[in-house]
Amino acid sequence: MIEFLRQPWPWYVAGPLIGLIVPILLIAGGKLFGVSANLRHACAACVPGDIEFFKYDWKKSGKWNLVFVAGTILGGFIGGWLLSNPDPINISAQTITELKALGISDFSGMLPSDVFNWENVASTQGIILMIVGGFLVGFGARYAGGCTSGHAISGLADLQLASLLAVMGFFAGGLFITYIIYPFIF
Amino acid sequence: MKNYIKYLLAGIFFGIVLIKSEVVSWFRIQEMFRFDSFHMYGIIGLGVVVAMISIQVIKRKNIKDMEGNAITIPPKDPKQVTRYIVGGTLFGFGWALTGACPGPLFSLAGAGYSIMIVPILSALAGTWVYGKIRPSLPH
Repeated sequence: MIEFLRQPWPWYVAGPLIGLIVPILLIAGGKLFGVSANLRHACAACVPGDIEFFKYDWKKSGKWNLVFVAGTILGGFIGGWLLSNPDPINISAQTITELKALGISDFSGMLPSDVFNWENVASTQGIILMIVGGFLVGFGARYAGGCTSGHAISGLADLQLASLLAVMGFFAGGLFITYIIYPFIF
Repeated sequence: MKNYIKYLLAGIFFGIVLIKSEVVSWFRIQEMFRFDSFHMYGIIGLGVVVAMISIQVIKRKNIKDMEGNAITIPPKDPKQVTRYIVGGTLFGFGWALTGACPGPLFSLAGAGYSIMIVPILSALAGTWVYGKIRPSLPH
């Protein structure tokens, strides 16, 4: 059983399982699946300043979601330690060729450890990838009113035109970085 | 606190699926943006289909939640075009730079990639700055 669970799960198993989170949360308590709202709840709880956007009852509207994300961290521990797949991820040969051309050499983990490591945080490359990148994830998600879970899964599934616009933006932004910016930062 | 255990369990389930499906992998996200594999498109596509069918069933059968309340999904305001296009594009920049969206950031941190604390703190800073300058941004 454990051996079976340790293998990577194919897309046609994982996709439906992720989709099921939406009805699970709706039925559990009428909650809408969306991870990035937690960043707002955390700001409202810890550093609300005197900012209108953070003046709301985060316990009432967000406590369930903060508990959910605590579970996501715990799930990461279970999936990444107890059920971890010892082999490198089976990425397409074309992507490996292109990433090698950018100078990436370590394909063993979930992230290229030659780039995402503590020594590299303060380098120009590290600042752009980790600090600017993270900032834009938080800023962009709140500006757009949701992230991949809230818009690309929940919003599209509920046929929201707004979410389709946001997802088009997600991809436009991602393609721009991948094809135009990456050659400059690697 | 007892009422929150179901959300903890749902989150654990989500975190495991994110890791085991390799959605958390920086390499998978690059593969997606380079159109070299169907993997990520298959996951997001099937996820949307399963969620869509579930929402339709819930709406048509008027299924109530576990607390006995009617289930309603608040619609997003489609008249606010700017925020979705501009905010979405900025989010896309961040998604491709870090190789992770918010769910995977947390799941990776749990899996032992402690370096993910850096983009998580930056994302909190980004959220805070958005809240601060929100009144002057076009939506």
